[in-house]
Amino acid sequence: MLPELPEGRVLEVVRAPAHVLSAPSPEVDPLDPAVVQLAADLLATQRVSPGCVGLAAPQVGVAARVFSLDVTGHPKARTVHGPVVLVNAEVLVASRWEKGREGCMSVPDLTGDVKRAGRLRVAGLVPGTGERLEVETDAFEARAFQHEIDHCAGLLFLDRVAGAHALHQRRTYL
Amino acid sequence: MTPLLAVTVLGDDRPGIVAETTALLAGLGGNLEDSTMTLLRGHFAMVLVVRVDASAGELEAALAPLASDGSLDVAVRAVAEGAAAAGGGTAYLLSVHGGDRPGIVSAVMAQVARVRGNVTDLTTRLSGELYVLLAELDLPAGADVEALRASLAAVSRELGVDASLRELDADVL
Repeated sequence: MLPELPEGRVLEVVRAPAHVLSAPSPEVDPLDPAVVQLAADLLATQRVSPGCVGLAAPQVGVAARVFSLDVTGHPKARTVHGPVVLVNAEVLVASRWEKGREGCMSVPDLTGDVKRAGRLRVAGLVPGTGERLEVETDAFEARAFQHEIDHCAGLLFLDRVAGAHALHQRRTYL
Repeated sequence: MTPLLAVTVLGDDRPGIVAETTALLAGLGGNLEDSTMTLLRGHFAMVLVVRVDASAGELEAALAPLASDGSLDVAVRAVAEGAAAAGGGTAYLLSVHGGDRPGIVSAVMAQVARVRGNVTDLTTRLSGELYVLLAELDLPAGADVEALRASLAAVSRELGVDASLRELDADVL
């Protein structure tokens, strides 16, 4: 699933209300070396961030439709594809809508109840090869894909919460 | 019919406020109908609608022990029967988020009021520099939703925030 990538650098994650998070990002060329490096950087940044299952380019201040994702070991995951990086991804088919609570590194103190498809087919391009990849998944991995694709479209979970009482202060259990 | 009274309790949060308030109400034979309680910036805020055989003044006197140390304010007022929303409209959720500044809620809500939209639930949160407003609205039948979207977009641009308005799901199972 994961292409050969250069060594990733850990980037700083930007927080709302940064403008880059609320503007739709442009599509990018999966063969552009800068895009391949960005994919590696997203994965590297995600890996050093505790509890982070996905990271999109706008979250590191870059307006580009690129994200990384890895829900390996997450208790709510069923189907798991391991680490994934995708460019210009889109949702092809979405069904089995379920409400669940989600958070975001760019909105660190809040969580929200968001309805997401529990069955999902997405397509995107693999950075470095340009190959078109289709992924079919479910449950938590499906939620993570939708959250990251939303970031690329300039949407936060705040735009999708289920109601006025669906926003919560994040609890810290440390 | 026994009267319906609204009880407001505001002040410093501590464990036991809900238990003490409801014990005093239960002691008077009161029946809780609707209630809501939350913490606002860490401060306790609760409103109860209770059916109880007492006047507002009598109930306020009965709840006075809650307010005796000065950490809580308790107020009681009579509320009319059958004040439920008229209905017939459509429920929407308005979500606004962006950099905090004074006047976001008033500017946005002015647009909602212009089309006679009624706010049925409202939450705002300030989280660091991020301000989030979530409002559930009833828009009357015939309201021009696209015009409201356009005016919300215009005030949002001026305020430097993002606003979205979408119909609320009501899955009936």
